[in-house]
Amino acid sequence: MKIPRSFNRSLWVFHLNTGSCNGCEIEIVATITPRYDPERFGMRLVGSPKHADVLLVTGPVTKKMAPRARRVYEQMANPKVVMCIGTCGQSGGVFYDSYNLDGPIDQVLPVDVYVPGCPPRPEAIIYGVVKALEKLERLEAEQ
Amino acid sequence: MSAEKTKKTVPYTVPIGPVHPALKEPVMFTFGMEGEIVRTVDFAPGQTHRGIEWMGMRRNPVQIVHLTDRVCGICGIVHSISFARAVEQIVGIEVPERADYIRTILHELERIQSHLLWAGVAAHELGFDSLFYLAWRVREESMDLIENLTGNRVNYGIIQVGGVRRDISDEQRPLIEKGLAYYEGLLDQMATLFLEDSTIRMRCRDHGFLSEDDARKLCTVGPSARASGLNMDVRQDYPYCAYGDLDVKAILPPAETGGPRGDVYDRIIVRLLEIGQSVGIIRQCLDAMPAGEILWEPKMAKLLAACKKADGEAIGRVEAPRGECMHYVRMAGKEAPESWKIKASTYSNLMSWIPMLQGEQLADIPIIVASIDPCLSCTDRVTVVRDGKPDILTKEDLTRLSREKTRRLMQ
Repeated sequence: MKIPRSFNRSLWVFHLNTGSCNGCEIEIVATITPRYDPERFGMRLVGSPKHADVLLVTGPVTKKMAPRARRVYEQMANPKVVMCIGTCGQSGGVFYDSYNLDGPIDQVLPVDVYVPGCPPRPEAIIYGVVKALEKLERLEAEQ
Repeated sequence: MSAEKTKKTVPYTVPIGPVHPALKEPVMFTFGMEGEIVRTVDFAPGQTHRGIEWMGMRRNPVQIVHLTDRVCGICGIVHSISFARAVEQIVGIEVPERADYIRTILHELERIQSHLLWAGVAAHELGFDSLFYLAWRVREESMDLIENLTGNRVNYGIIQVGGVRRDISDEQRPLIEKGLAYYEGLLDQMATLFLEDSTIRMRCRDHGFLSEDDARKLCTVGPSARASGLNMDVRQDYPYCAYGDLDVKAILPPAETGGPRGDVYDRIIVRLLEIGQSVGIIRQCLDAMPAGEILWEPKMAKLLAACKKADGEAIGRVEAPRGECMHYVRMAGKEAPESWKIKASTYSNLMSWIPMLQGEQLADIPIIVASIDPCLSCTDRVTVVRDGKPDILTKEDLTRLSREKTRRLMQ
């Protein structure tokens, strides 16, 4: 793969939990720890959506969290990429028939990259971030 | 506490959440502040409510076991064992002894990874990020071991009603031994890093204080209760799985560290010592593990037919890494359970936040909130209040019920 131009600007990631079981959360945190260490490429979790290029969304989007997810998305600066981590964000997963869901995530936010798995392995999440980089590259070229 | 009341008694309020970098999960806090000091605490969980119990009442027990894994991604085995034990008691299933030992081994491996995860998060909340990375680095070893034994890193899917779905083979035993030796060698180092560090001592000693009396009144469970000096552990008090055969004692902060004081520092001590205890328990299990079957009934259709015929109710109690976890199940001759209630450990621990946080500084909030190891995806259940009549029994109500029953029996 050609190293995209977005790489000049290190990718900063904001993580939003919309009612996940914590499985994806711990795998996301495991991704940024020394075994995988994407921080050597400048990828890191940040505390504010205003600083982030990528929004990692986990969970099936409960009714209470849907408006909050929209607000977080609106606060991010362009160009931005939304990654949906985990099966329950894509289809509801095991929670498909719950009464308290507004999801899947693509009903609430425009998703660019899907990372399936319940939960996805850290390797899969890193692969998803690489895909997100390619997409950011395209978005930047269009701007 | 209502918002108006908070406004009147304290100069200003600080809302934190539900999306906030200091919180790993969505929960809404409202702090009433007087200068830097927290005076009142209010919190609103419920953001991650997915209606798991409602969904469970539409599925059969074999399907529900996989749903229980996803109640919480960190303590999935706890919920599955707890639910499976409740169903096994109703149906009258005798779990093979080997399966009980395998369950115990996985249960303890999960405790190791959960406590290391917590140790990392606690270090991160203190601003000690190198220690956070170190703790998570050593945690990966237990994740590898769990993956080797169950096939998954998280949401293991290994528990089945009546046993476990995978055996531990002879080739896997040296791997477990190696993992245990790794953690045994690390324990001293971890204790030095966490307990002899002056920063951690300054931030955690005498902060987030919870007295023994308060812990008892607020029904605190697990390491948080033991750090306050309550000698309680389901593994010791009501042994399940293979714990009856093993030597398990509740771990309290030892006297040489100043005895149980009930502060954040004591909660760190208890969790670190429990990692060592878990290593010992797995060792005992490996030595005592008998050969034999791992499932009561390998044929799914037969198992489901047995569950369908069952009628009755039972409670499965398990000591989760965060404290006692309880599943109540009632079956009434149908495929799906008639009722299913989960009482996760964090649910009991949430109220302990209030005495812990009162009188502390704003900057101490993250570590004190993290000190009970909150898991909100476990906790967010719902209670239905029909016709405005909440079914809450006070002590007086219970006494009245008890007396009425005596009277009924006397007649």
